[in-house]
Amino acid sequence: MPEIIPHPTAPLPAREHLETLVADILAEARTQGATAAEAAVSFNSALSVTVRLGEVETLEHHRQRGLGVTVYFGHSRGSASTADWRPEAIRDTVQSACAIARHTAADPYAGLADPDRLAREIPDLDLYHPWPLIAEDAIILARECEAAALAFDPRIRNSEGGSIATQTGLVLYGNSHGFCGGYPTSRHSLSCSVIAQDETGMQRNHWYTVARHRNDLETPVAVGQQAAQRALRRLGSRRLSTRQVPVLFAPELARGLIGHFIAAIRGGALYRKASFLLDRLGTPVFPEFVTICERPHLRQGLASAPFDSEGVATADRDIVNGGVLQGYVLDSYSARRLGMATTGNAGGTHNLIVEPGPLGHEELLRQMDTGLWVTELLGHGVNTVTGDYSRGASGFWVENGAIQHPVHEITIAGNLNAMFQHLAAVGNDVDLRGGIRCGSLLLERMTVAGE
Amino acid sequence: MTTDTLMLARQHLLAPAGLGEADLHSALSCLLGHAIDSGDLYFQQRRAESWGLEDQQVKSASHAIQQGVGVRAISGEKTGFAYSDEIVMPALLEAATAARAIARQSGEGQLRVWRTPQRPALYPPLDPLETLTAEAKVQLLERLDVEARHQDPRVTQVMVSLAAVQDIFLVAGSDGTLAGDVRPLVRLNVSVIVEQDGRREQGSSGGGGRVGYGWFLDEDRALKYAREAVRLALVNLDAAPAPAGTMTVVLGPGWPGILLHEAIGHGLEGDFNRKGTSAFTGRIGERVASPLCTVVDDGTLAHRRGSLNIDDEGTPTQCTTLIERGVLKGYLQDQLNARLMKMAPTGNGRRESYAHLPLPRMTNTYMMAGEHDPADIIASVERGLYAVNFGGGQVDITSGKFVFSASEAYLIENGHVTRPVKGATLIGNGPDVLTQVSMVGHDLQLDAGVGTCGKDGQSVPVGVGQPTLKIEALTVGGTQA
Repeated sequence: MPEIIPHPTAPLPAREHLETLVADILAEARTQGATAAEAAVSFNSALSVTVRLGEVETLEHHRQRGLGVTVYFGHSRGSASTADWRPEAIRDTVQSACAIARHTAADPYAGLADPDRLAREIPDLDLYHPWPLIAEDAIILARECEAAALAFDPRIRNSEGGSIATQTGLVLYGNSHGFCGGYPTSRHSLSCSVIAQDETGMQRNHWYTVARHRNDLETPVAVGQQAAQRALRRLGSRRLSTRQVPVLFAPELARGLIGHFIAAIRGGALYRKASFLLDRLGTPVFPEFVTICERPHLRQGLASAPFDSEGVATADRDIVNGGVLQGYVLDSYSARRLGMATTGNAGGTHNLIVEPGPLGHEELLRQMDTGLWVTELLGHGVNTVTGDYSRGASGFWVENGAIQHPVHEITIAGNLNAMFQHLAAVGNDVDLRGGIRCGSLLLERMTVAGE
Repeated sequence: MTTDTLMLARQHLLAPAGLGEADLHSALSCLLGHAIDSGDLYFQQRRAESWGLEDQQVKSASHAIQQGVGVRAISGEKTGFAYSDEIVMPALLEAATAARAIARQSGEGQLRVWRTPQRPALYPPLDPLETLTAEAKVQLLERLDVEARHQDPRVTQVMVSLAAVQDIFLVAGSDGTLAGDVRPLVRLNVSVIVEQDGRREQGSSGGGGRVGYGWFLDEDRALKYAREAVRLALVNLDAAPAPAGTMTVVLGPGWPGILLHEAIGHGLEGDFNRKGTSAFTGRIGERVASPLCTVVDDGTLAHRRGSLNIDDEGTPTQCTTLIERGVLKGYLQDQLNARLMKMAPTGNGRRESYAHLPLPRMTNTYMMAGEHDPADIIASVERGLYAVNFGGGQVDITSGKFVFSASEAYLIENGHVTRPVKGATLIGNGPDVLTQVSMVGHDLQLDAGVGTCGKDGQSVPVGVGQPTLKIEALTVGGTQA
């Protein structure tokens, strides 16, 4: 008889229990002499299944706890973490943090977020929609997804599998200013990776869908078919000769370019002067048609958060408006270093939205006319200090707005500063699957290195 | 020696929970009683610390403890997995119950008598966190800041990080494996920003291994990292745009061996080859490199970052020949893939932690020395690129395409190294690139102990190495077309 696990993912602990833990940690820090302290307690639970060639390959149950504390003795600080929630472990962890704080130098910028910036009301952003998925059903969905890919075309000859994962979590953050907040979240995903093969060789590709609510996932069949199509279209890839051409980044890669922009306007990069976008506040960084905003309170958003990882209330804002840089990405520490105010970005950004332009994918290909449509990138050749960019790529060669053939084993290179300044268009084909929502990006010119 | 480390692992992992061998037996029986061919329990405790300097002061540091037990059940090609961050019997049994749900029919699993692999230790079972006092750690970092700033007035920022991990684990398998290890690992990195006429560049250098912190003080290693970071940054201040296109590339010795890790190593991991998804699938015995190339993966080098006494399944590590004089010889195996491919495990079953499943992974991957003088190799190139330092790399296993990114490179013109050029990504095809190797230096070097390899979301420390290599044609991704 098949065995069924009644509770696929372990239930979240009671919120009150975690609140008590946070209070205990902060009390322990005070007992040990800390002048201020902050603590986070987390619990995550997940079920993931991979089915390969119709058979279950892995069935994984994840359940992880965490506890982290930072103590301040005046302006000296120390941090420690553990997965152990017992009282003696809390005592030892606080002790470790305090021992470190005795040896670190006083840093006048270190400290908790300013009390008046802490979130007072915590809006419900609708981030928790657990999926009571039992393993048997997870297997059926993963199998269905992979089967759709395998059946799509006889050239889909092999597979790395269809996978499904469902995850829930609860994080509570508190500090000695009296703030304590937390909320449960859920995240579900379905993915498929298959291999197409013909006389020209093998090509792999994948597709995935992710959402807070299971109803917002693409269907298993859609994910499988998309993975198959994407693998098939790579068959017969050729190289290109070295040339300078316009480059169209597919939406799932365009997000990465915006990520490099964000990395360069992060507080840490700025106060270290380790950014190619120093002193650019109030100046054009992109062409006039570019607007990038942050919307932390989108209901069910994948990067939504009512407050950041130091309790600071998040709020809507423009980061780029009319191409001009309006604000940096700061936490309290980097803000103080720069003589500015935190932007509520401790722990990262919360739903960045690049305002879509009027054109879709096909129209952008026509606007590009002749150039490279990049659909995959390889490697990490991005230098945030200089903006120098050089990465492996594959995609399609385009002439007169029409795809000619797939290409691979080439690189694309440029400098991010110039690439951003010479952005030619933002597409309306927005990819919603992450914390950065962006359509295709068309760049005027990059160097392609090949044969 | 492994018996001693097993004893230490028991003291740390089992004794506090009051667990004994009988409990391991009953947990494994709980797994096997339910239709499972084999299974294992992986108990782990990891203590880690890191210290960071910037603005000439050590202003942040942290300490972390992670522990738990992972339970794996295997039935044919199926793997069931669950874990708990509490090492107590009820949690262990609960995890075993969850993991065994993978099987539907009754299995053949049978518990064997315990056996512990024996081998001489490659590193001492020390706690590296305790090998320097906190004061001495702070002093070391401050000294490196002074050393870096002392090198050149153009240095505007110095960031130093010092980190140590003590990883203690015990694995009990239904095949009777009962093994444990205590793995120390330290890492030091110096990163600087230099500025001249409004132009900024960075440089970083570091190293580490399975040693105590004292190793950084020996032979002035730490001070050398500080000097090297500044040298690299200054070289890049003078760098011209890199060339674009296919050309002759000479790779320096040591860390450029990341070429082998990406182009060859990953494609020879057992899981990809069992599934037939690697560009190297079914090519054992074929020529995939010039006869000058012999490449190995060696987990048995004393004190190296990528070395292991035993892998995370309890298999002793070994030196596995991947390519011998140009011919593909073997794969890297964990137990599951070795069994399914009817091959022997090679001691490459590694996992990031108890919360991850083991996978076939590399240890220290390097090419054997050749006969050429490195100076002659450079002199033989009319026009090309000399790349001596690299950042990271990546590979598409199935198509075989791989990249690795140079962070220090020079033009070679008429047999001489001339101007420095900016960093650029190099791209090639794994099964072809080593066929283009025309000269191999006699200067084999291993890297300084900085590598971390990511696969399926799991990070593990690795090493690479190689002698100076001449590759007749490789694509350089610069901007100067």
